[in-house]
Amino acid sequence: MFMFEKAVTGSRRYWLWIGALAIVIGLGLACYLRQLQVGLMITGLSRDVTWGLYIAQFTFLVGVAASAVMVVLPYYLHDCKAFGPLTILGEFLAIAAVIMCMLFIFVDMGQPARVLNVMLYPTPHSMMFWDMVSLSGYLVLNATIARVTLRAEREGVKPPHWIKPVILLSIPWAVSIHTVTAFLYSGLPGRSLWLTAILAPRFLASAFASGPSLLILLCLLLRRISRFSVGREAIQKLSIIVTYAMVISVFFVLMEFFTAFYSRIPEHTESLRYMFFGLDGHTGLAPWMWVSMILAAASLVLLIVPRYRHNEKFLVVACGMVFLSLWIDKGIGLIVAAFVPSPLGAVTDYTPSLPEALIVLAIWAIGALILTVLYKIALSVREEPLRSAAPPVQVEVHA
Amino acid sequence: MTISRQAFLRLTGLAYLGAVARKAIGAITGPRWAMAVDVAKCRTQQNCTKCIVACHEAHNVPSIPDRRHEVRWVWREPFEHAFPGQVDEYSSLRGAPAMLLCNHCENPPCVQVCPTQATWKREDGIVAMDWHRCIGCRYCMAACPYGSRSFNWMDPQPYVHNPNPEFPMRTKGVVEKCTFCSERLSVGRPPACVEACPEKALVFGNLADPHSPLRQLLAARQHVRRRPELGTGPDVFYLT
Repeated sequence: MFMFEKAVTGSRRYWLWIGALAIVIGLGLACYLRQLQVGLMITGLSRDVTWGLYIAQFTFLVGVAASAVMVVLPYYLHDCKAFGPLTILGEFLAIAAVIMCMLFIFVDMGQPARVLNVMLYPTPHSMMFWDMVSLSGYLVLNATIARVTLRAEREGVKPPHWIKPVILLSIPWAVSIHTVTAFLYSGLPGRSLWLTAILAPRFLASAFASGPSLLILLCLLLRRISRFSVGREAIQKLSIIVTYAMVISVFFVLMEFFTAFYSRIPEHTESLRYMFFGLDGHTGLAPWMWVSMILAAASLVLLIVPRYRHNEKFLVVACGMVFLSLWIDKGIGLIVAAFVPSPLGAVTDYTPSLPEALIVLAIWAIGALILTVLYKIALSVREEPLRSAAPPVQVEVHA
Repeated sequence: MTISRQAFLRLTGLAYLGAVARKAIGAITGPRWAMAVDVAKCRTQQNCTKCIVACHEAHNVPSIPDRRHEVRWVWREPFEHAFPGQVDEYSSLRGAPAMLLCNHCENPPCVQVCPTQATWKREDGIVAMDWHRCIGCRYCMAACPYGSRSFNWMDPQPYVHNPNPEFPMRTKGVVEKCTFCSERLSVGRPPACVEACPEKALVFGNLADPHSPLRQLLAARQHVRRRPELGTGPDVFYLT
């Protein structure tokens, strides 16, 4: 197996964390079994708002998965040495995120037993078919790359030559997964919130802000709880990527506002009005969206001013804000609001039900579990003495 | 029986050509089903639900009281809801009933997005569904700009009060919608809603035949379609 022996030995704290995740997963599983039994009526979804938290989490996490490219690209194309120890963490994050994406699609299905129909009747005119192709391809690519490079690192040898083209392929592939995910939405004639050519660029920009900001948080966490430390330079370089991506992401959102509200075409303004101000007295989403906006603005202040960005205490806060702001934007607002108003003008609020929320939480916990195990393997490989006499490959061990 | 390889290949080729030719001829000469709704006639019976009842009974459509989980094949909306932006505040059509159903679009977005071809466009224009193939992803519901599709959020069976054994019952977790009564058309009967309407406000017919009553009605009367600007090509017309 893939060095899994390293994940079954750990401190008491490690096992406590694994146990906590297992409890959350167990709760969600129980809810899912209930959903399997009685149907999706146990969620907060309705005939007007047919997609909710599940599909929104999927959308957000495709972004997190795609963002691995933001460490892989500088390292392999620009020879940015500081990202050396980071690439494996980015690839493992991508693996965890893609698996979560697949699980979120799966729990959203009304007839999960028929999931193989997507492969039995391949349908190239459906974007969902291409999403399946690109996501599973991305999973295979990242799993292969991570496995081969980590093994080489353990043996203290150079990775085989054939892995280079695979890594290079993973770069455009990462862009493709989020582009195809945007195409799921932006090609539908009746949903004007999504019917915008800027949706794919916007998805990519927000992905390259939220993913690397999560990676920064993870790196700083690893520094606290393990002896593994990513250098300050890598963190600072990543924070610059987050800054640019966040600026572009916010800029794109403002573009949407201008087009809708200056043209004043009702169809284009209604969903945005529902998001930020409410329609017909339904203001459920508005507080969330304003929190997202305020967090975005505040994070930009902390990121753009070098003094704050260079201070890791502020940087942690900024990254948390970026992540939360974009999670609200993509993981709630953007998906739900496109269904309001309905094609018949009905304004239906959507509030996730408790079982639905627990299922969502469980899938996040599964993601955290996968990530924990994979990071544990990566850190164990780096902390153990090398098997051969070759010098370590760009590993900094924190004193 | 023995058959030479050459003869087998020849027969296979001929059969294939025959099938293609049949399909081509069918597409040219076959019917293209469509419907016209006479709003004025419908309006004379403000509280009539005969077409809805007939359809929903014929097709085992559950009567679910919770509006959020409702399943409907044909239903009534105020005209301004069905035609947003097209009915101004001075229009006499305000508040007029619009009977809504699947538009059986010429370019159906639901068919385009379905990842399993569980919904498809037939040669006679009907947008059909296979409820045994549907995976319940509800992508078609996001794609339909008319809100014509319903999802079974729960097992529909307890909500079907007079089950019709002639027609399949759906299961939880699949999408459904109006089928233009393809099961009745195949035995030469008009759709259930058309038959049930006492005012003859629903006119069903063949768009491909220029002499059909439907075509003559469309030539003579002003009519509108829902959201024609989207290019979906709805085949349900509203005579105003």
